[in-house]
This record gives sequence, C-alpha cells and structure tokens, in this order.
Amino acid sequence: MTPAQVLPMNTKDRRLVGLACLAVLGLATLPWLGSALIVDKLIYLFILVMFAVMWNLLAGYAGLVSVGQQAFIGLGGYALIRLVDAGLPPFVMIFVAAIGAGAVAWLLSWFVLRMKAGEFAIATWVIAETIRSLVMFDPIVQGETGTSLLALNAYDPDLRRLVLYLLALASMVVMVWGTWVLLQRRIGAESQAIRDDEDAAASVGISTFRVKQRIYVIAAIGCALAGALWLASAITFQPRTSFGVQWSVFMLFMVLVGGIGTFIGPILGALVFFGLQELFGDFGAWYLAGVGGLAIFFALYLPNGIVGLWLDRGKDEPLSLRKRLRM
Amino acid sequence: MMMQAMTAEPMLRASGVNKSYGALKVLFDVDFHAMPGEAVGIVGPNGAGKTTLFGALAGSFPVSSGSIHLAGENLSGTSAAERCRLGLARTHQVPRPFLGMSVFENVHVAARSGAGMDQATATDEAAEILRRTGLLALANRSAASLGLLDRKRLEVARALATRPSVILLDEIGGGLTEAELGALIDLIRSLQADGMTVVWIEHILHALLRVVTRLVCMAEGRILAQGDPRDVMAHPQVQRAYLGSSPE
Ligand SMILES: Nc1ncnc2c1ncn2[C@@H]1O[C@H](COP(=O)(O)OP(=O)(O)O)[C@@H](O)[C@H]1O
Ligand SMILES: [Mg+2]
Repeated sequence: MTPAQVLPMNTKDRRLVGLACLAVLGLATLPWLGSALIVDKLIYLFILVMFAVMWNLLAGYAGLVSVGQQAFIGLGGYALIRLVDAGLPPFVMIFVAAIGAGAVAWLLSWFVLRMKAGEFAIATWVIAETIRSLVMFDPIVQGETGTSLLALNAYDPDLRRLVLYLLALASMVVMVWGTWVLLQRRIGAESQAIRDDEDAAASVGISTFRVKQRIYVIAAIGCALAGALWLASAITFQPRTSFGVQWSVFMLFMVLVGGIGTFIGPILGALVFFGLQELFGDFGAWYLAGVGGLAIFFALYLPNGIVGLWLDRGKDEPLSLRKRLRM
Repeated sequence: MMMQAMTAEPMLRASGVNKSYGALKVLFDVDFHAMPGEAVGIVGPNGAGKTTLFGALAGSFPVSSGSIHLAGENLSGTSAAERCRLGLARTHQVPRPFLGMSVFENVHVAARSGAGMDQATATDEAAEILRRTGLLALANRSAASLGLLDRKRLEVARALATRPSVILLDEIGGGLTEAELGALIDLIRSLQADGMTVVWIEHILHALLRVVTRLVCMAEGRILAQGDPRDVMAHPQVQRAYLGSSPE
C-alpha cells in the first residue's frame, strides 16, 4: 500500500504564486520608474499589508482577538527613536526595534494570555494605553508633542525613500511568505485547533499556552517592524498617533473585509482599504462613516469577506491552507 | 490471568478523588483503577459524575483532592496536554471537534501534537484511523458539516491519533444502529488486541457487556459497586440506583 498523501498545491494556486512573484519583481524595480509620491504611497500600502497579515495570524488563525496591537506598532517606533538617539544606524535599528518589541510582548504574554476572549481584548487595549502613557514620560518624547527621527534627515531624501521602500517591500514579502510557512507547520494547525476549542486542543496534546505565546510574540514583532518602518517614513513620532487605537480599527477592517482566517483575505483587504483611503481619504468624517458602514455591511452580508465570494460560488478558496488528503 | 491482574500495577489509578463545582460536590473520595490491557465499563444514572471522573483523570480541570497515577507515575501537576502525550486520551461526551478544520486535519493535528509524529507519518496515521473509524470518505469535509454521530466518530478518531496507551470513551455508542454498534465493538476489541487499556462510559449495556470484563457502577458521585459485570448489575444498590432514575 502506498503511503497516504496530502494533495500538493493546485495549478491555479501555483499560477497565483507565480503571478505574485512577478508582481514583487515589478515592485522591486518601480522606484526607478515611478514618482516619489507613488513610492511613498506604496510604502504605506506595504505597511498596511503587514498589519493585516499579522492581525489575521493572531485573530484569524490563533483566535487571539487583540485590539491592542498598537502597543507594538508604537513600541517599534519608540524603540527606533531611542536607538537612533543613542547614535545607532537608523535603517539597521528598524529591525532591532522590532525584536525589542517582541521581547516586551514575551514578557506581557505571561499575563495577558491567561485571559479568555473578551478579557484578553480589553487587556490588550489597556496595555497599549499604559505603554503609551509611560512612553510620554520620556523626556525626549516631550509628552503629547512627540519628537522626530531627525537623524534620517542627514540622508539624501531620494536615497532615504529608496532604501525605505526596498526595506518595506522586503519586510512585507518575508512576512507574507513566513506566515505561509508558519501556518503549514505544526504550530499552524495547533493554532487553529486552539482557536476552535482550547480545551479540546489541550486534550489532544497541544501545549496551548506555548503555541499562543509564540504566535503572540511573532505578531508583535511583525507589527513593530511595520510600525518602525511607518515611523521611518513619517519621521514624526507622536504617542497619540503611534499608539492610537485607529491601527486596530484599520486591521480589523482589512481582515474582516478580506476574509478572516484565510490566507489571501488580509492582503485583499489591505488593497481595498488602501484604495478607499486614496479615493475618499480627503472627505474626513464622511470617509470614516463610509468605512464604518462598509465594515457593517461586510459583517452582516459577507462574513467571510471577499474570499467568501469564491466560497459562496462553491469554488476553492485561493491559496487555501487546508491540508487535503489524496483520496 | 487472575493472579497476574492482582499483582501487577494498575495502568491507571485514581485514589481518593474529590471534585466540586463551586458549592456542588460531584465526586466523593472516588477510587478507580484499570489494569494494563483491561477493558473497564462505567455505568450509572445521569449526573452520577462519570464524565467528571474522566475530566479528573485526563486533567481537564484540577481536582479538589486526591491523586491520579498513570503507569505508576503521579500525574498531579501535569496538564491535560502532558497527560495526553504521556498516553492518556479522552473523548468528549458532547463532541468538541475543531470546527474550522477538516475531518482529516482534526485527526492529523492530534497525531502530530499528541503522538509527536512528523508531517508524513501523521498523514499515514490519520488516513488509517479515518478508515478504521469509518470516516475516510469524509476526510476532506469540514468538521462543521458533520452530524452528531460522525462527530462522535471523530472524537474517537482524534483520541486514537494521539497513540494512547489508555483511552477514555464517553458515551460513544448512543444513537448507533445495531450494525454500527457491532462495528464499534469490533473496533474497541481491536484496540484491546493492540494492548490498549479501555475505559468506556456507556448506557447501552448490551454493547458494553460484549467488551468489558469489569464493570464499575457510579451514583451520586460515589462508586456503588465494581467487579464482574453480572455481579455488579445484580447488586441491590445498583438495581435501586437504576430503578430510581432509569438509564437513557
Ligand atoms: N462544568 C460544570 N459546572 C457545574 N456543574 C457541573 C459541570 N459539569 C457537570 N456538572 C454537574 O456535575 C454532576 C455530574 O455530572 P457528570 O459528571 O456529567 O455526570 P454523568 O456523566 O455521570 O452524567 C451533575 O450534577 C452535573 O450537573
Ligand atoms: Mg456524562
């Protein structure tokens, strides 16, 4: 008897991956072709994709519905400010800052992961607000005023933009690909089991705390990296913005609109959100009301988001992580 | 056979286990054991504390007092996950499948985490267990699409995938046809033939008695009688417990 096998990736998905590789190559050459404005906008898009993918990993795959990832977005930025202030090289420090925020997440995890669902969500928010308040005590932050990553002004603006763009693109690609690999591994299946039923997961031998801790720290590092990149492109660090709950609202929106707990959903959601912001971002309050309305529409009529449109027609989810047994 | 069973160490042993849910006391100084390779049945009216005893054995919650030993090793302080990896698996009376995963994935993850198998070995193991439990045709279906009976089968499949030396089965026979019961009995006997220790809570006595060699009757958080199945069923207190509130 031949050993049982899991089906390999289907042709459509393989084509999609090929297409994505081409798109990445195209994006990598874009700064030499596109305007500075487009490059700046794309940096923001890449950052949004990272936020969405990380939040989906946390909430969609591990069931850890956090409304406090801004703690790590802000910490990434703050750590970068501090490290650069100490005279360290800014571009390298983006990654060091992310790892530092990951260490903070590891410490917090011992406390926050003991809580269930609603408590956990509230605790993550409280933690984010607490960290923001603490950061505002730092003299170089100057309370509400904030500070700037002045060291970056020493670089030629075009060079700075190019380096940031390539770093953001590379970070996004590594994060998306890394999430794919992670979810294929044992920890990916274990996370989903925990999301579906934590006690039952423990009863089949899953060390639920350890799995959640790893995912929590990884998502913190990812958000901090994107947060540090965002600060490096925005230059100005204001605690109310960097640690703002709006980041959680954005992440929630992107993931719900794209399709929570699907691999491709958050990427699609980030594209939609980016498009909306480009088209209607100037309308201020009306824009926010529109975004809210759309979120409600999706929650009511398309609970599986855009990916649900495939599923409702009986088609396979693109880039599904389902392991299918060859029959 | 008899002598051996009496001198050997129990595979699974609970001593003086007490358990309360808040003010409600559910288990009173329960002593329970199963010998290696033995099949033990547990019967008793609803609310007797049978499922709670399984939870206590498997570490699903901390007990108020008492100790649990598996193959001579004291399990106090070990988590449910550790107990599973040590070879103690349970099913849930009300099935608890991982609803966002497929049937195959439910079993696959149990083989990986519970038995520590690698991806390929777990795939083989999961396919074989799905075949034995009659779920192979449903392998790629979402667990959420299963009806109650298939969810119960999935409970058994998932527990088996962790490669247990002791399996705790909680009312897995309810609702099955006679033919399906026959298949279930064959399955449990084959597990026993592989050397597995089986503890089975079941209301369907005639099925249970075809498998188990020892019967334990519980009522109101206590063990009323245990031993040879016929003796236990003839025990006056057992008779009273059953007449008082008849089994389903
Ligand atoms: N999680 C719980 N919280 C409170 N009471 C419970 C819980 N689980 C069971 N009980 C109570 O404990 C008693 C024993 O229940 P159980 O162990 O399920 O009995 P059995 O499996 O023999 O029918 C019952 O009175 C039941 O209502
Ligand atoms: Mg019960």
